[in-house]
Amino acid sequence: MTTPLATAAVKDASQQRQKRMIAEHFERLAAARDEGRKVVYTFVPGNLTELLGALGLLPVLPEINALQSGMRNRSAAYIAEAERAGHSEDVCTYVKCDIGMLKSGNIGPTGTRLPDPDLLLLSYTGCFTFMKWFELLRQEYRCPVAMLHVPYQSDGVITESMRSYVVEQLRRRVVPALERLAGRPLDMDELAARLARSRRAEEDLVAVWESARHRPSPIDGYFGGVYYVGPIFSSFRGTGDAEAYYRELRSEVESRMARGEGPTTPDGPATGERYRLVVEGPPNWTSFNEFWRMFIREGATVVASTYTRVGGLYDTGFRHDPARPLESLADYCLGCYTNLGLPTRTDLIERYIRDYQADGFVINSVKSCNSFSAGQLLVLRELERRTGVPGAFIESDLVDPRYFGKANIENRLQSYFQMLEARRRGGPS
Amino acid sequence: MAGPLGDCEARLARARALVEDRRLDTVRAWKAGHPGGLAIGHMPVYVPRPMLEAQGCLAVALFGGGDQVDIIRGDSYFQSYICHIPRSTIELALTGDLEPLDGVLFPSICDVIRNLGGMWKLLFPDRYSDYLDLPQDFDPEVGGAFYVRELGRIAGELERRGARPLEPGALREAIARENRRRAALEAMDALRAREPWRVRASEAYLIARAGAALPAQEHATLLEEFLAAAALREVRYRDNVRVVLVGAFCEQPPFELVLTLERAGCDIIHDDLQLGLRAIDGEIRVPEGADPLEALARAYLEQGTAMASRYIGEGEKGVALVRRVCDAAADGVVFAAASFCDPALLDQPMLERALEGAGIPFTSFKFAENTGQFQVIREQAGAFSDAVKLWGKES
Repeated sequence: MTTPLATAAVKDASQQRQKRMIAEHFERLAAARDEGRKVVYTFVPGNLTELLGALGLLPVLPEINALQSGMRNRSAAYIAEAERAGHSEDVCTYVKCDIGMLKSGNIGPTGTRLPDPDLLLLSYTGCFTFMKWFELLRQEYRCPVAMLHVPYQSDGVITESMRSYVVEQLRRRVVPALERLAGRPLDMDELAARLARSRRAEEDLVAVWESARHRPSPIDGYFGGVYYVGPIFSSFRGTGDAEAYYRELRSEVESRMARGEGPTTPDGPATGERYRLVVEGPPNWTSFNEFWRMFIREGATVVASTYTRVGGLYDTGFRHDPARPLESLADYCLGCYTNLGLPTRTDLIERYIRDYQADGFVINSVKSCNSFSAGQLLVLRELERRTGVPGAFIESDLVDPRYFGKANIENRLQSYFQMLEARRRGGPS
Repeated sequence: MAGPLGDCEARLARARALVEDRRLDTVRAWKAGHPGGLAIGHMPVYVPRPMLEAQGCLAVALFGGGDQVDIIRGDSYFQSYICHIPRSTIELALTGDLEPLDGVLFPSICDVIRNLGGMWKLLFPDRYSDYLDLPQDFDPEVGGAFYVRELGRIAGELERRGARPLEPGALREAIARENRRRAALEAMDALRAREPWRVRASEAYLIARAGAALPAQEHATLLEEFLAAAALREVRYRDNVRVVLVGAFCEQPPFELVLTLERAGCDIIHDDLQLGLRAIDGEIRVPEGADPLEALARAYLEQGTAMASRYIGEGEKGVALVRRVCDAAADGVVFAAASFCDPALLDQPMLERALEGAGIPFTSFKFAENTGQFQVIREQAGAFSDAVKLWGKES
């Protein structure tokens, strides 16, 4: 049985606001050279947006460019361009998409050329490939790099040694490099004010995540969730715009919850929640809506996901703290999802399955991302053993359309939903 | 009485037996002779072995199962696009071959080995395993201080499991033994580069890798004895091309692959096959009165060789490789990366660009530790060797 889709897809006010924020950011980037503003390329996990913002620096996030290229059907050509230039078919397609985009003129999502970086801020958090990515970009752009090595939480604990290592790097290397670029000293009051705004936005985001405990869930915490994390993962954390966005989003979600409505989808409000799922792993971007609809058609709502925690894990209690600016930036970087050891990741997913009363969980294993993918088959077994909840395992990629096998993925998901249905009826599983 | 040839053969036979000792019989024997001593395995690339030795532990470098193990259970833990070494390592662990190990260290070299460390904790919760976060900040007061704390933490964990406390005197002695091993390795590398027909790369590989589960002193003795015998044996000059083999090797190629390159007319005068043994360039210096643990950390920070898992913050990528090729008077470079190896494959375009800039010819292919077909590689390496001979750097 499939859930009928509503036809009218009216964008919420928060969606309109986010769209405007992004457009304005790219306008600022387009005008950066003329206005003498400096541009810093950096990554989503472990981003130091408040620090950049406090110094008037403009961030560019190559992962976001890559995923947007994927959604706009440009990534295949960019990847081919990079592979022609000698980049292996085996490695991360975000990297190849970015290199290919650069070699094709570096045209951003709004159709204008992105400015070259004045500095690469290499926050080495949770992903080894980040380091190689910026080594590659440094060779292309010939600009300086500021490195921030964030230790790995293999045991799921932030030790004082880890924190002080990150803080010392921030204090001695990263902040001075950014100050030199900005041509002015860091105003700690301005940084604290931004961190306070981040904190308020984080409170609202966590309320949005936790709304999914309600039945029906008023949000989709994966497909919808990637839109919800847009501002806080990218260039806006610590801004008034982001704070307003999350306040508005929370209000919309709470209104839907009060009315007993399901999530907003590309085809309008979803109705008839049949299955509540937790999803581990990033989405596929080249067939994003197609992928989402495979869930919508079956009445499956994702009540929690791990991908939406890669740029910050807030629902275990962390908040940016204006009273401890560098320390809390360090804790933020250390706490991003892929910087957590596999046992901690498994515990977190188990918690999501239990807290959000999930009927099942799906692992979307992407070829590009060993940081996520290595070990997921063990996570699958471990979660089934601990919770008794069945899992599904599908494979795709981030932005390489060659690895999105629609029929295969759809067949697997349909079989999985049939199995969930059979279990529900007490039949064989 | 054996002559130099016999001496070489005997040393090589011993080395080969050690390399193929996947059930860790050597480790079992060591433990029988050292009651209470801990055998601590470690994944590639680099772990500061002298610290383990100073605590009375046997450091055991793990390189997966190579082409000797049928992977049955290991494959069920990894997707097809993950490299091979974690599969065979899991296989060995699940079949009990790694039973003699009292713990395993997973150094920070890539996401797969990092996550393998997490899998270990889930699969074997009662056994000691730890993650060694090698610093990517090379300031002694920042990255160095963190690294010293990290080593101290691991030393404490080992002590809690029965190892001796880490004492400066013992560490100083262990570093001295490690330096002897390093000096012998350097002497072998120098001889290989000078007279590659006297010490073949395949032989050097066996002798170097034989140290995986040997105390530094014992390995140094093996190296020295082999070198002394090799210097005396009669050999036949070969007119091969001189190549540097590059693979950021964590996963090791099958031994047959090294032989295949030699048969294709390549004298491998330098390689990074046993990268961990060469991760620090030169002697580990411990000045009088200095803390040897800080000296060990400082050697990693300041004398660390350029490798894919180490951030190159200053200078250009590939400069070290070009210098290596020039210093060794090599004719070209052979890239052999393990399939799906992020460090090697992400590094390679940068290294290739540096070689192109210096006019150094190169060729590249991929392998897996259990690759069984070598004909294509032999043809490719043979064609490369011929081209370099015929046209030199123009090729």
